Amino acid sequence: MEQYEPDRLSPAQVAAVRRSLRNGRAALTRRSLLRASAGGALAVGGIGALSGCGIPAAGNPQGGVSAEDHSEKEKTVAFSNWTEYMDVDDSGRRHPTLEAFTRRTGIKVTYTEDINDNTEFFGKIKPQLAAGQDTGRDIIVLTDWLAARLIRLGWVQKLDPANLPHAFTNLSAQFRNPDWDPGRAYSYPWQGISTVIAYNKKALDGIEVKTLSDLLDDPKLKGRVGLLTEMRDTIGMTLLDMDKDPAKFTADDYDAATARLQKAVDKGQIRRFTGNDYTADLTKGDLAACLAWAGDIVQLRADNPDIEFLIPDSGYMTSSDNMMVPNKARHKENAERLIDYYFEPQPAAELAAYINFVCPVDGVKDELAKLDEDAANNPLILPDKDMQAKSRAFRSLSSEEETVFEEKFAKLTGA
Amino acid sequence: MTTVTEAPPLAPAPERKPPRRRGRWTPYLLLLPGLLWLVVFFALPVIYQASTSVQTGSLEEGYEVTWHFATYWDALSAYWPQFIRSVLYAASATVLCLLLGYPLAYLIAFRAGRWRNLIMILVIAPFFTSFLIRTLAWKTILADGGPVVGALDALHVLDVTNLLGWTAGDRVLATPLAVVCGLTYNFLPFMILPLYTSLERIDPRLHEAANDLYARPSTTFRRVTFPLSMPGVVSGTLLTFIPATGDYINADLLGSTDTRMVGNVIQTQFLRILDYPTAAALSFLLMAAILFMVTFYIRKSGTEDLV
Repeated sequence: MEQYEPDRLSPAQVAAVRRSLRNGRAALTRRSLLRASAGGALAVGGIGALSGCGIPAAGNPQGGVSAEDHSEKEKTVAFSNWTEYMDVDDSGRRHPTLEAFTRRTGIKVTYTEDINDNTEFFGKIKPQLAAGQDTGRDIIVLTDWLAARLIRLGWVQKLDPANLPHAFTNLSAQFRNPDWDPGRAYSYPWQGISTVIAYNKKALDGIEVKTLSDLLDDPKLKGRVGLLTEMRDTIGMTLLDMDKDPAKFTADDYDAATARLQKAVDKGQIRRFTGNDYTADLTKGDLAACLAWAGDIVQLRADNPDIEFLIPDSGYMTSSDNMMVPNKARHKENAERLIDYYFEPQPAAELAAYINFVCPVDGVKDELAKLDEDAANNPLILPDKDMQAKSRAFRSLSSEEETVFEEKFAKLTGA
Repeated sequence: MTTVTEAPPLAPAPERKPPRRRGRWTPYLLLLPGLLWLVVFFALPVIYQASTSVQTGSLEEGYEVTWHFATYWDALSAYWPQFIRSVLYAASATVLCLLLGYPLAYLIAFRAGRWRNLIMILVIAPFFTSFLIRTLAWKTILADGGPVVGALDALHVLDVTNLLGWTAGDRVLATPLAVVCGLTYNFLPFMILPLYTSLERIDPRLHEAANDLYARPSTTFRRVTFPLSMPGVVSGTLLTFIPATGDYINADLLGSTDTRMVGNVIQTQFLRILDYPTAAALSFLLMAAILFMVTFYIRKSGTEDLV
């Protein structure tokens, strides 16, 4: 790309400036200047400049790249997480589990809640990671499909099992072997996310729902059903409803699922495809029933007894948000120690009691019961045998599949 | 017979050097900050996007410029409904803004008296909260079974809008009407402020003069006030129409699958599908469409001093 040289204006601009000098102030109108700079922009943005651009391959075939580990000298770790995904004390400013970690290890945690959306956050860290630079973060937490992509691109570092004794022992079986990171070489789950069907008893007004088909077909629910913008959750639940296994579906199965949903969309059955914002619609009753994330439902139920959830007989989708150490992170060992810390039963229980997502740690039941009896018996937080048996995961996709499937799903959602 | 007196050939004008001034570089220096800003934040991104739109490749293998102009055609043939929809929604919102904003601006400029400042603050106050919060508030206002929807239903307004396809069933949210209302609300101040500035500049003596010449108030408005406020009307409509066309928040929060606008498509292509060339091509098509419409509009309305 041509370099910009402020002293050397394009001929058109020079001409415009001259004219204005010679013919007095009035001559330098906005129009002539606009015209001149348009000419200038064209000159700068000539064909050469256009073809000079191009985006280099983002992948890093060698896999994770470590930088020199400064963990010994610098007792800090930078942790980027989603909003409202950490325990908070009554003052609302301090995170008790993180402070306990600092007291024990002397490692100061810089905790930032700067992840709001997987796709957006990917756009944010992509330039640095593609260029092989430090992102300034030692731990990032991303949902499994994006974690899979980062591992595929070689943008995260392999973790050292020696620093992760608790994590290795206490990780619950359900999360041990995702097909995108077998044996958890690069990632450990922060929390699990169950996708279930939620409904507002008052808004349903006696209409009975048992399966996703009821949501998609019952004319009495027309325009009052919500689905999720997360492709894997919505399609996964649909596949389950059609007796297909989301862990082993084919492209034809996928098309059948989108066709099934398209029919419901065309009928006007679906009100919206939503992100987290379905919670407000469901509470108000604008949505009578929808696909929902279990962690939200636990919290919604605490405020509104009309909100209920159901697990279809065909099963439900489970995904996870995963902690990873990006390439060139400065404090890898500190990061691993923090990851390991959250697999000890006590901090894990404290966290689970506060944020109500699926706890990926075994052996927290007793600890959690001490803090919150209800939470310990809630299958949405600590799945029982029955729940675990119904849990299904979405298989990982190749990058071509991902593009094609996301495109088809986007068509379904209107764009 | 006519005598043609030929003018004596002009003596070659003595070459006059432009007068040397002391501040020869001043204009350049004054231009520099703006120019630099324009280059870094406008020209370079535009070039980058233009280049992206003719590249092919994938995230893994990288993208290369292959002059693949077909992307433009593919994008247009796949997403023309969203284009048309964007223009329709933005145009409706602009017209609504003008209808709502003109009387208010007129009131503030000529009739508000000591309330003028207060009303101006009320117009601007919503800007103190974020765009998102303001849009989300509409979800509460227009909730199904809420007072607004209940009233519209009781007055049979919804029957009419259903017939026109603006709403569906007994709800307003997740319909085109909600999106257009959201756009109108969010961009209304951009209409009112320019209208107010150009109305306020009108000399009240012109109104008195029109009155003295036996013009009825409606005639005064048609012949004096409105023509003089044209610059405000034009810049207000532009400030409303251009951002409204590219907006995607309103369609996202207040709309449904059949109200997605071109901004939503670009967002999805860029962030979700990671099809950067298509996203860039769509952005350029949108830019070109807006440029074309705006040029046509300005030519038509003949407001020279805007550009």
